[in-house]
Amino acid sequence: MPGEKGNLQKILEQGAFSVSAEIGPPMGADASVVIKKAQELKGVVDAANITDNQTAVVRMSSIAASYLSSMNGVEPVVQMTCRDRNRIAIQSDLLGAYALGLKNLLVLSGDHQSFGNHPQSKNVFDVDSIQLLYSLRKMKEEGVFMGGSKCKSPAEFFLGATVNPFADPEELQMIRLRKKINAGAQFVQTQAIYDVAKFAEWMEKVRGLGLHKKAYILAGIVVNKSLKSIEMTQIVPGMLVPCELVERMRAAGPGNYDSEGVGIALDLIEEIRKIEGVSGIHIMAIGWESIVPTLVARAGLLPRPAIE
Amino acid sequence: MIVAEQKNIDEIRDSLEGFKSAVVAACGTCVTVCMAGGEKEALRLAAVLEIGARERGVQFSADVICITRQCDMEFLAEAEDKLLAAECILSLGCGAGVQFLAEKFPSKVVIPGLNTEFIGVNRGLGYWTEMCQGCGDCLLAKTGGVCPVARCSKSNFNGPCGGSALGKCEINEDTDCAWQLIYDRMKRLDRLEELLEIEGARDWRTSRDGGPRAACREDVR
Ligand code: SF4
Ligand code: SF4
Repeated sequence: MPGEKGNLQKILEQGAFSVSAEIGPPMGADASVVIKKAQELKGVVDAANITDNQTAVVRMSSIAASYLSSMNGVEPVVQMTCRDRNRIAIQSDLLGAYALGLKNLLVLSGDHQSFGNHPQSKNVFDVDSIQLLYSLRKMKEEGVFMGGSKCKSPAEFFLGATVNPFADPEELQMIRLRKKINAGAQFVQTQAIYDVAKFAEWMEKVRGLGLHKKAYILAGIVVNKSLKSIEMTQIVPGMLVPCELVERMRAAGPGNYDSEGVGIALDLIEEIRKIEGVSGIHIMAIGWESIVPTLVARAGLLPRPAIE
Repeated sequence: MIVAEQKNIDEIRDSLEGFKSAVVAACGTCVTVCMAGGEKEALRLAAVLEIGARERGVQFSADVICITRQCDMEFLAEAEDKLLAAECILSLGCGAGVQFLAEKFPSKVVIPGLNTEFIGVNRGLGYWTEMCQGCGDCLLAKTGGVCPVARCSKSNFNGPCGGSALGKCEINEDTDCAWQLIYDRMKRLDRLEELLEIEGARDWRTSRDGGPRAACREDVR
């Protein structure tokens, strides 16, 4: 039903600690890949982000895969980047997504196409993520398109944004978070958190500005399966992975990396849950989606709360 | 200025295939300054083409002419005699110069010798960077004099993406993050608070997206 709220929004509004995960659509047209991943996550998470050509690699569209996910018991969070579509295409696709019953939308800049498998392509960036959030809020509240004309049945998404608490320049990133929330973001998913102490400091600033009261802050958790994956994460610009965690993984020894990876994630979740103002976690188990049910269960976050 | 670089010599040779001679037309403005298409470069290119032809046993001669500004009909008219006598014209002007030559000499084949790249500045010996995309609605007053349209890889108008690290853009370590530069300037100027203002979606009609542009100044017509 149009206007009716989705799961994720209801869970957050009733004050429960939300759990979401990610489904990466396949690099092909096989629906069964998405269906299988959705079935694994059913009942385990409140919603799942369906990525939009993540790292600029061509995959099944986020909206199509979101629909498949919703048909298979997992409420999707549609992702929309500003990289590939102009404002005409974005609005058109989003009207379609809303018509299909999809309720949540995460707006992103999008990784630059030079990272992906089509570095030869032209990018768009007609609007940036804040301009897009702002115009989608206006569409929802005032029933207008970006161009100014009336929209009779607007898309009324639960709007989300991303934030990287560890990106530079720190002060400006905080200004940007404020802008995202002012523009219309109702929930905010963070970049993967490994350094809880640093994240706690950041959350203190968030609370100081009262931002946690204006938008739900969902902390990102990555589960690493191997020593190599955590080492690789450590060198990604804008990622902060304390050396102790890498050492902990190394000390576990080959053969135990996967269980240690889960152990690290569980400890992170436990610590992060204690931080005031964090409304939920967002699990990114890249290439290891099947671990999510175990992780959520062992974190004591099952069963998921019923919607009141 | 307009920054350009000379094309690969093989590509230039391919374009000249079938011609026994050419006039290499240098341009005296931007491309002279960026050392791509001035008199010196034209003389050098002509020599390289002639020597290369001789080595391959092909007949080819190249003459050089210097045009003060290829984007100005007045200066093209001055070069008319020589260019009308040319078998073909190899222009070392920017894209505008090449096209203006083609317009002025409809019976001549005009070949570009440069790749025209961007509006930029010289940052040291042999190093230029892009500064402006000619968007037609300059917002530098709001961004501390650093252009987010041309210098942010994603043309972000409202602050840095999550890929900004240690002052560099996510696309590579050689590219400064425009938003780090904007931040540094605005902080220094004590105007950081201004960046809280949401910069609305752009009207790209003033840019290339509105179709090819023309500037019409009644006061000087
Ligand atoms: S805002 Fe537009 S006109 Fe101003 S420097 Fe940038 S691209 Fe050029
Ligand atoms: S890192 Fe900086 S310059 Fe690069 S795309 Fe992001 S904001 Fe723009």
